Amino acid sequence: MGMTMTQKILAAHAGLDEVKPGQLIMADLDFVLGNDITSPVAINEFKKAGFTDVFDKEKVTMVMDHFAPNKDIKAATQCKQCRDFCGEHSITNFYDVGEMGIEHALLPEKGLVGPGDCIIGADSHTCTYGALGAFSTGVGSTDMCAGMARGKAWFRVPSAIKFNIIGKLPKYSSAKDVILHIIGKIGVDGALYRSMEFSGDGLKNLTMEDRLCMANMAIEAGAKNGIFAVDEVTLEYIKGRFKREYKVFEADPDAEYDEVYDIDLSQIKPTVAFPHLPENAKTFDEFGDIKIDQSVIGSCTNGRIEDLRAAAEILKGRHIAKNVRCIVIPATQDIYIKAMEEGLLKIFIEAGCAVSTPTCGPCLGGYMGILAKGERSIATTNRNFVGRMGHPESEVYLASPYVAAASAVTGKISQPSEIMN
Amino acid sequence: MKAKGIVHKYGDNVDTDVIIPARYLNTSDHKELASHCMEDIDINFVKNVKAGDIMVAHENFGCGSSREHAPIAIKASGISCVIAATFARIFYRNAINIGLPIIECREASEKIEAGDEVEIDFESGVITNITKNETYQGQAFPEFLINIINKGGLLNSLK
Repeated sequence: MGMTMTQKILAAHAGLDEVKPGQLIMADLDFVLGNDITSPVAINEFKKAGFTDVFDKEKVTMVMDHFAPNKDIKAATQCKQCRDFCGEHSITNFYDVGEMGIEHALLPEKGLVGPGDCIIGADSHTCTYGALGAFSTGVGSTDMCAGMARGKAWFRVPSAIKFNIIGKLPKYSSAKDVILHIIGKIGVDGALYRSMEFSGDGLKNLTMEDRLCMANMAIEAGAKNGIFAVDEVTLEYIKGRFKREYKVFEADPDAEYDEVYDIDLSQIKPTVAFPHLPENAKTFDEFGDIKIDQSVIGSCTNGRIEDLRAAAEILKGRHIAKNVRCIVIPATQDIYIKAMEEGLLKIFIEAGCAVSTPTCGPCLGGYMGILAKGERSIATTNRNFVGRMGHPESEVYLASPYVAAASAVTGKISQPSEIMN
Repeated sequence: MKAKGIVHKYGDNVDTDVIIPARYLNTSDHKELASHCMEDIDINFVKNVKAGDIMVAHENFGCGSSREHAPIAIKASGISCVIAATFARIFYRNAINIGLPIIECREASEKIEAGDEVEIDFESGVITNITKNETYQGQAFPEFLINIINKGGLLNSLK
C-alpha cells in the first residue's frame, strides 16, 4: 500500500521502510519549540525529571511571544524562567523581546524549519510548518519536555484527507477564505487525528504565505497536521534561509486517503466564521449588517507582509469608522521593517489604526486589545471560542485581512467590494 | 483501578479556552489554574466540584490550544476521570501525559446526565451508572497507560 506525505516523513524519522495508519512509532525530531506560556511547564517537568541537558542546543527554541513584551508581573516571571533556562543550557535560538516575532511566522522566516522535517511544538498552531512540506504538530508541555531532553516523540500514524487544489483565487479572496471554507465544510472535528494533505494544480497559484495561513488552521479542523506538497514555490522560499539539509517527500501515487475533496480556488468568496466556532463559516450573502467595535489584523495566521499589504490596499487614503478600534500587529521584526519601508505603517496610522510590536496579544485574550462585555471584534486570528479575546460575553468573527480592513472602515462586517471601485 | 463520583455534564466542542481561559495562563500553579476551571461556561463548577467527581461531555472535548494547563486545571480541581464521545488529539495526549484518566465512550456520553453517580473501571473499560443502574463499555486502558496514571504522569512513569 502506498504512503501519504506524512506517513513517509514519519517512517523516515522512525527508521522504518513503511508505516500504516494507527501504528505507534517513536520518531526522531528535527526541531522542538515552546513559547512563554507552555515552556515554563516543560521546564518545571524537565527539572523534576532530573534531566541535565537538552538533546541539541540548536534544535530547541523558545519564543517569547504570547504575553511578551511582559504584560504583567506573572508574565514577566514566566519569561524570566525561559530566559534563565535557555541561558543555562546555551540554547542558540532563544527569541526575546526585540528579536522575537510570533513563533509560527518567525521560524519559517528564520529558516529554522524546512521540507521533510519532523517537528513538535508546545503550541497547537505548530501545524503551520506543514506549508513547507514538513511533518509538524502541536503537543503539550510534557511532550515538549521529553522532546527537548531526548529528541524523540511517539506518534500514532495518521490517515489523511486529501484536498486537491485547482484554479486561482479571485480578487479580494484569500487563503484565509479558503481555509475557513474548508473548515466550514468538514467541521471543527472533521479531520480529527488525521492529516490534511494539500496538493494539485492550483498549488502554484498559492504563495508560501498563503500556504502558511492555511496549514496554520489545520488544527481548527482537529487535524494532527496540515501538509503541502513541495514545489518550486517552496524551494524558492527556503533558498538562502534554510541551512540544514532538506528532503522532499512525495505522496505515493497509490497512497490511500479517507476522503478526497476538490477545492476550486476560483469559487472561493470572502468568508467570515461566526462565534463561537471556526466551522461557523458564512459568505456575505448569508448575513446582514453586523456592527463591530474592533478589528484586529495580525497573528500567526495573518500577520505576514502580504497580509499587511492587503490591509493597506483597503485602508490607503481612508479612515476607520468612528467608535472602532483597529489594531495592526506585524508578526515579526522583519515584517515590521518591510511594512515601514513600503510605507504601510504610515497608511495604517493615518487611517487611525494602532500599530503594535509583534505579539500574540489579543488573539488569545492576553492583552493589547481585550474586549469588554457585549463587544464584537472582526479579527484575522484563528479562534473565535467563548471568551477568546476577552469577556465571556464578547464575540469574535474570523476573516481575512481584506475583510478586517474593510470592516474597520465601515464599522460593520464588510467585504472589500463594498468600498473599493 | 477505579474512579467514582458525581457527574458534571457538558456538550460538544468544549474547548481549552473555556476549560482554562488564556487570561489566567500567566501562571502554571496547579491550584490557581483549578480555581478558574470551566468558569466561562460554568461559573458554578469550581464551587460545586468535589474530589473524585467525573466530567462527561459529547464530541471533540478539549479542542483548540495545546495548553497542558487545561488537563492540569481539571485534574487539580478534583476531577478523577473525563468521559467523552471523542477527544481532540492534543488534549487526549496531554491528559494521559499528566496522569488525568480519560475514556472514550459514545454511549456513556449520551446516557449519563448531570448529577448521576458513576463508577469507571479502567482495566476493563466498564462504566457503571449507579444512579440509573446501567453499564456502558468504554475503551479499556492498556497496562502502560494504567502505569502512567498510577505514577501521576508520563515523566514520573519513566523514572
